[in-house]
Amino acid sequence: MVLKLEHVSKRFGQFTAVDDLSLTIPEKEMFGFLGANGAGKTTTFRMILGLLDSSGGKITWDGQPIDYSTSHLVGYLPEERGLYPKLKVRDQIVYLARLRGMPKNKALTELIYWLDRFKIPEYENKKVEELSKGNQQKIQFIAAVVHKPKLLILDEPFSGLDPINVEMLKEAVLTLKQNGATIVFSSHQMHHVEEMCEHLCIMHKGKPVVHGSLKEIKREFGKKNLIIHAEFPLDSLKKYPGVVKATPTMEGILLQIEGEKVAESILKEIVNNGFIRKFALEEPSLNDIFIEKVGNSYE
Amino acid sequence: MNSFWIILFHTYLNKLKSKSFIITTVITVLIVLALTNINNIIGLFDKNGGKENVAVLDETGELYEPFKQQLKTINKDIKLTLYKGSEKEAEKAVEKGDFKGVIQLQFNAEKLPEATFKAMSIADSSLFTDLQTSLQQVKTMLTASKINLAPAQLQKLYEPVSFEKFALEKNAKTEEELNQARGLVYVLLFIIYFAVIMYANMIAMEVATEKSSRVMEILISSVSPIKQMFAKILGIGLLSLTQLAAFLIVGYYSLTKNMETLKDGFFGVYGFKDIPLETIVYAVIFFILGYFLYATLAAFLGSLVSRIEDVQQMITPMTLMVVAGFMIAMFGLGKPDAPFITATSYIPFFTPMIMFLRVGMLTIPAWEAFLGIAILIATIIVLAIFGARVYRGGVLMYGKSNSFKDIKKALQLTKNE
Repeated sequence: MVLKLEHVSKRFGQFTAVDDLSLTIPEKEMFGFLGANGAGKTTTFRMILGLLDSSGGKITWDGQPIDYSTSHLVGYLPEERGLYPKLKVRDQIVYLARLRGMPKNKALTELIYWLDRFKIPEYENKKVEELSKGNQQKIQFIAAVVHKPKLLILDEPFSGLDPINVEMLKEAVLTLKQNGATIVFSSHQMHHVEEMCEHLCIMHKGKPVVHGSLKEIKREFGKKNLIIHAEFPLDSLKKYPGVVKATPTMEGILLQIEGEKVAESILKEIVNNGFIRKFALEEPSLNDIFIEKVGNSYE
Repeated sequence: MNSFWIILFHTYLNKLKSKSFIITTVITVLIVLALTNINNIIGLFDKNGGKENVAVLDETGELYEPFKQQLKTINKDIKLTLYKGSEKEAEKAVEKGDFKGVIQLQFNAEKLPEATFKAMSIADSSLFTDLQTSLQQVKTMLTASKINLAPAQLQKLYEPVSFEKFALEKNAKTEEELNQARGLVYVLLFIIYFAVIMYANMIAMEVATEKSSRVMEILISSVSPIKQMFAKILGIGLLSLTQLAAFLIVGYYSLTKNMETLKDGFFGVYGFKDIPLETIVYAVIFFILGYFLYATLAAFLGSLVSRIEDVQQMITPMTLMVVAGFMIAMFGLGKPDAPFITATSYIPFFTPMIMFLRVGMLTIPAWEAFLGIAILIATIIVLAIFGARVYRGGVLMYGKSNSFKDIKKALQLTKNE
């Protein structure tokens, strides 16, 4: 049940939305898609789901193309949220679940489980338009997972939610993963991907700029972050060989360095200058990688 | 259950339960009831059991009786009363409401009758006309007797000329049949016209609502857009049949109950008693085909807009086409064999109404009707294939989209280059 994209591209007239994208998404894993607006994430998802035909390349899941015959195995949370505003939550979810091939009574059981889990059981008989935006989003999420999909595609699942609801939704996504679903999701928020995904892909203008497992990506990136808080001026370090970037902070300085060796020599250099409150070498954050690869124009 | 049927019944039941549908149905049923009971309703508002009281001031003493006799032959519902008082008193009585009006009869210099009619208002022209006609006849009789014309001679003078029409074509419809057909075709044309406009609108709105609420993207990831489109068209089609069935059952029941009182009016002229089965069958066929033609068109037009406000603008050209077809059909009622009507009956967007008009009014060879049906079916298939492709791309298109250029854009979206 591996989801495979081979040399997939999509052109709209002159505009190339996705350009030669090849990915392998292993079964029962969580895969993160990162990219600025217009990077081609949604177009990729739509092609995976078969809503758009690709201009070239092949998308297969377990060796088969995804089409309407497998729609009962696939769940989708679109970026643009949308439900029938005039329909009751219950009718809505049951209808959407039945369209995905789940019988009515099973859909109801699932719905009640999810409403309880999200602590909103009282909304079962409310119209969607009466709910707050955050709660609508939970209903939207339920609509995507109610039929127990094996492949779940979540387009920006956490955008527009408060931190408590983000946590609640994250836990739900993790449960689904433990239950054996393969999950692909996109986000603007680096830390969501960093926390949750084993594999990820950073897209930029339709091209994958970084692709692989999180650990490998970080190792390959090579650069590390060095945080120094000290009682004496640290400005001289900006020019120190091996320092790629320096950002002054309130209490000291944040340096991006080429490797551990640089940190060692910096420590030797400054250890006699005075009291050092903090000297920490950290793994680069996904944010650093993203900015490096995509450019400073974003975030 | 297959997802096609799930969508079909979801669309059908949801619309059936909606307030707007129930209200329109109830109002229309009431209108149908009112129309078929029109005579009873008019009677209800008339005092004196529908009779109108008119006071007669006969200064001559001779005119009252013949006048009364004549009036009886024209309108039994006008009741004349010989008034004994003075003119002033009579006017007072009218003001009090005892009489609808007062008519003053007298002779002129040539000893021929003349009259003055006074009423609170002279808006009721039919009463006035009836009185005048009666008096006119009294005058004719008096004049005739003056020049010694016997009543038999007088009758000869006024006898209408015998004038009969015959159509030489074999199986041509007789005058009576034509009138009957005209009435039936008229009513059915109206039904087709309203149904097509109303339900096509409903479909376009339905699609646009799903699109604007963005639920569309989940739907098309579950079920193919083409399946959805046809499930929706059939669902609304089922709804239209339900609604029409309600109207027809109420209408038919009420009509048969009131046939006696309605015989003299519109329904008498355009006899509804023996409706030819053939006409009904053609009506059903053309109704269904017309519905599918415009429903398919409406569905793909609806898929192009992303806001509900734009729906009307998008489907206006379609609505105008229906109106044009209806206008031509109305013209054709009086002249169904005009070459213009024959030509337009083969234009698919007009065929449902105009070919039906020809079938109902004329005796055209069966192949002509079948050719019309075949053209319609072919057009529907072409529209469905084309529409389905536009629909598939259209539902993914968002933004300011309300022009026909978007059709091209929508087609591009579905194309794999």
